[in-house]
Amino acid sequence: MPNSPSEPSGSSGSSELSGSTGVAAGGAGYDLAVIGAGPAGLAGVVAAADRGLRCVLLDAGGGLGGQYYRHPAAELRAARPDRLHHHWSTFTALSRRLAEHREAGRVEVRLRHHVVLVQGVPLPGAPPVSGASTGWRLHTSSGVESGAGSTGRVDARAVLLATGAYERQLPFPGWTLPGVVTAGGAQAMLKAGLVLPGRRIVVAGSGPLLLAVAASLAAAGAEVPALLEAGGYLGYARSPGTLAAVPGKLAEGVVHGAALARHAVRPRTAHAVIEAHGTDRVRAVTVARLDRTWRPLPGTERRIACDALAVGHGLVPQLELATELGAATRTVPDGTLALRVDAGQRTTVPGLWAAGETCGVGGAELALAEGELAAATIAGQQPPAALLARRRRLRAFAELMAAVHRPGPGWTGWLSPETEVCRCEEVPLARITEAVQELGAGDARTVKLLTRAGMGWCQGRMCGPAVACLAGAGAGAEEPAADRRPFSCPVRLGDLAELPSD
Amino acid sequence: MRRPRPGPRTPAALVAATPGPAHTIEFDGRAIPALPGQSIAAALWAQGIVAWRTTRVGGRPRGAFCGIGACYDCLATVNGRPNQRTCLLPAAPGDTVTTQEGHGHAELAV
Ligand code: FES
Repeated sequence: MPNSPSEPSGSSGSSELSGSTGVAAGGAGYDLAVIGAGPAGLAGVVAAADRGLRCVLLDAGGGLGGQYYRHPAAELRAARPDRLHHHWSTFTALSRRLAEHREAGRVEVRLRHHVVLVQGVPLPGAPPVSGASTGWRLHTSSGVESGAGSTGRVDARAVLLATGAYERQLPFPGWTLPGVVTAGGAQAMLKAGLVLPGRRIVVAGSGPLLLAVAASLAAAGAEVPALLEAGGYLGYARSPGTLAAVPGKLAEGVVHGAALARHAVRPRTAHAVIEAHGTDRVRAVTVARLDRTWRPLPGTERRIACDALAVGHGLVPQLELATELGAATRTVPDGTLALRVDAGQRTTVPGLWAAGETCGVGGAELALAEGELAAATIAGQQPPAALLARRRRLRAFAELMAAVHRPGPGWTGWLSPETEVCRCEEVPLARITEAVQELGAGDARTVKLLTRAGMGWCQGRMCGPAVACLAGAGAGAEEPAADRRPFSCPVRLGDLAELPSD
Repeated sequence: MRRPRPGPRTPAALVAATPGPAHTIEFDGRAIPALPGQSIAAALWAQGIVAWRTTRVGGRPRGAFCGIGACYDCLATVNGRPNQRTCLLPAAPGDTVTTQEGHGHAELAV
């Protein structure tokens, strides 16, 4: 049964979904819908409610905080969740302010609500929020994990997209073995479920997340025999001004460094895992030194025994909802696409704002600043100069970070023809090479159609960046275009049937 | 002055967790303890189990990869329903989890 607009769809037993009303009285919907309850979304919704906007906050997850502030389920009764987080007090302060706004009926929170589609609709009644000529209808699905799913709709005059990012993976032989997990996944399972994928965990890939992951795995009792960064850290030194402008980032690095030193973990740069070994699960990895293009140097291979590997190569902004609406993107120095926003966090689509990792991966501090900034301009206010300056400094650092950890093209040197590139559809490199070299595929889309890479369950979230890179090796390669998909996640046919046909 | 020696390092000790008593789920006929609030995938990891699915084409083992619901590698059959993302699904007392083979619809012969 379709829900009427702006009514809680009430499918889950979570108390967060209790049918509090009042915020959306009158049928005109909310002033603002914030998608994503991580740092950017939390800061945005609280700052918008501070300014008197009636807001709804939606998140696909079961708790507030997103991936960054992911924390143990309440039933695990963790007295010191802060030990797995930097700046935990920022999260508790935001949560407290959010609770006050909910109490006062200014904000409604809908957890376990995945926004699958955003549509522009004319909204009757009150004048539009700054810059929005029309309104938005958000179609949600909830309860998908438990099978007790239902769909819902939310109307709002403005949308703030704070959907964050997912991890970029580069394949290597053996990366589909059980016990090989994403670096962020190891971190997420530790933070939420207090578990480790093994006792002896190699951490590898690129980007600053690896330092945080290795430090928390070690603090939680894992042995970390190797921490391998495929790029380097020296690149940061080439922009001392950018670095000096964000002392907090240096301090963060020092904290991770100290934690790692305490557990005798020493990061090695220009090194990568080029193969994982095992049959039923990972038992060892081969690591090698890389040249400046990330090509493995023959003769430098070394085998390290382990029972898990946490691996990741930076983050990819999650943009589906915005690109489907036609929002313009830009290419970040790490090769990912991010939303193009102006100084007030407006995307190129009127009425659609974005903050945090969707505008280019830059960390929680930047996400918080951008969320707050967006709230100010959504409310039609001039953002404070200090906030603008902070955003500028942190954004400059984010661009530097992206350039430093950008994957080098030589990573394909560690693939073998049998290496599975697409995990879901089990497509080996040989089939992709054939599509590119013999069948003339020059872009990821054509490779996908010819090989089924990216057509499985995850819809290319795991193999997409790698396939785009491999397809780029073909003739006539172009800058990858943003993925445009009508839905942000797999939707059941029954749910589709409930969408309005107009 | 020496500080007291810390106990063994574990995730629970790190965050000073005092969870309620574990309940039991069943994995391939074997009783598995699960702490209240843990996902099915977390409960399996806690027992050192990292594979609970075989792939459709190669029949190869898989378990949780991304841990946040994005990769669909952690699918299992839960209480008879195939293709459940165990990293998102909280473990409920008495849940029956079975290794999922292929697309999980073998009995339908599709
Ligand atoms: S581990 Fe990726 S979806 Fe569950």
